[in-house]
Amino acid sequence: MTVWSVIGAGVAGLAVASELVARGAKVQVFDSGGAPGPHGCSWWAGGMLAPWCEYENAEEPVLRLGQLAVDWWAKRTQVHRRGTLVVANPRDLPDLRRFARRTERFFKVGADEIVELEPDLHGFGKGLYFDAEAHLNPRQALLDLSRQLQNLGVEFHHVRAPTGLDNAIDCRGLRARENLQDLRGVKGEMLVIRCPDVTLTRPIRLLHPRMPLYIVPRGDGVYMLGATMIESEDSSRITARSMLELLSAAYALNPAFGEAEVLEIGVDLRPAFPDNLPRIRRLGRTIYANGLYRHGYLLAPALAMGVADLALDNKHSEMVDEDRT
Amino acid sequence: MKTFYGTPLSNPLMLGTAQYPSPAILDQAFRNSGAGVATVSLRREAGAGQTFWQMVRDLSVHILPNTAGCHTVKEAVTTAHMAREVFDTKWIKLELIGHTDSLQPDVFQLVEAARILSEDGFEVFPYTTDDLVVGERLLAAGCEVLMPWGAPIGSGRGLNNEYALRAMRAEFPEIPLVIDAGIGLPSHAAHAMELGYDAVLLNTAVARSGDPAAMAKAMKLAIEAGRLAYQADPIEARDMAEPSTPVIGKAFLS
Repeated sequence: MTVWSVIGAGVAGLAVASELVARGAKVQVFDSGGAPGPHGCSWWAGGMLAPWCEYENAEEPVLRLGQLAVDWWAKRTQVHRRGTLVVANPRDLPDLRRFARRTERFFKVGADEIVELEPDLHGFGKGLYFDAEAHLNPRQALLDLSRQLQNLGVEFHHVRAPTGLDNAIDCRGLRARENLQDLRGVKGEMLVIRCPDVTLTRPIRLLHPRMPLYIVPRGDGVYMLGATMIESEDSSRITARSMLELLSAAYALNPAFGEAEVLEIGVDLRPAFPDNLPRIRRLGRTIYANGLYRHGYLLAPALAMGVADLALDNKHSEMVDEDRT
Repeated sequence: MKTFYGTPLSNPLMLGTAQYPSPAILDQAFRNSGAGVATVSLRREAGAGQTFWQMVRDLSVHILPNTAGCHTVKEAVTTAHMAREVFDTKWIKLELIGHTDSLQPDVFQLVEAARILSEDGFEVFPYTTDDLVVGERLLAAGCEVLMPWGAPIGSGRGLNNEYALRAMRAEFPEIPLVIDAGIGLPSHAAHAMELGYDAVLLNTAVARSGDPAAMAKAMKLAIEAGRLAYQADPIEARDMAEPSTPVIGKAFLS
């Protein structure tokens, strides 16, 4: 029986392994970084399953393929189906109208409904509620996938994959760049804060012309604030400017965030192709699955299905842009 | 046709490279716009934006690096030097922000930075207000192009003060003038060209529209229309009707 070697145990690699195993294939996983952790950009994700909101600034496949995510993840990890709330300060209402024009499947909500949804969100007169969206805890999701795969007999090798493997599936993100020339890194910066004084139960997006913010609840008063999008490939530091913008946006959402404890500062590079859409490429004996950009958890299920279609059934999904065996 | 420090522009559109949904859409927008100049920001992430900058170089148009986000002369001068190295050009769009909410230029620091950079061999494109005296000072500081705002950056309000912009055109007939900032619609861009401006610089209006590639084309057409109209010597507006056919001698039908 063919053994598929998935290289890279970030969200792309683990989702591919999980989908292959679910379809009855035999899989092993290589990641020289060890168990899921801060060395991979999946660790720093928001974990929003928000295809309708993302459509504001993404192309149609993100909307369509992203809708596969909630059910796929719900079979594997805890998914919170509580929707997304989008708000803007009064002076930025043109941004809220623009957001509404570019997206679909939401309810317009007023001040009372906003407070009803999230009692700690005062002072916003208008918002959009995307009730079909969901979120998950990305780190928990990675750990759950790893554990499930191990329970199903998948071997994890915490070493660099040997070269010349047959049936390799390269999911290394930006580290696969030497083989994927059109891949680039897009810097993202995020903060994890603890603020038990504020209770938010669903992802909130605060629109702003210069510094849009999202905040995702992780439970127990812990929140992830994100995330900048900078066309830069320096993942070594967060700038004071970015930190200032993230925190002042959170403060604008609820001044009690001013008392929050900063737990973590994350900086990493999202792997992206020029159109910011994921790709599957078969070059020789290796299938490359990459370019999830800012949609790691949203599009990993679709990417995994596309890889399994190609690997097991030789079917070409729309993400396959090159096949040279 | 006026030139920009000796460089003629067959298409007087200067298009920004920020805020597009993806580099692929940025590329399409540039193709559709036919823009002769791409502006690009260096403020953030010194040295690490190489991949993106290469994409901008690959657009094969003139590159006008900017000092967006700079608040002091020192920052702006440093950024200009970096831009000269990265893009191998003497051009610099000098932007010195004086007010956080309106992004209004700090014209005092602008004049100072323009002098320093001009003396250092830069060809400075200053983002300024429509103030004539500031315009004079910038020319005295060595600038050979002026770029007054139409409205605050990203506001999409069009030409807020047509009177002042007309005055500026009249005051500096020989100087290439560019409307920089505030354009939201193709009609705004056409308006700028109808006033006799030599180019239009915009970014948000295209990048943040629902279909940047289509909006880029709309801007191109509007700028062409506006320029043709200006060259064709448009009629003056007047208070009373002026019939285009003689009224005397017509039959009374009612």
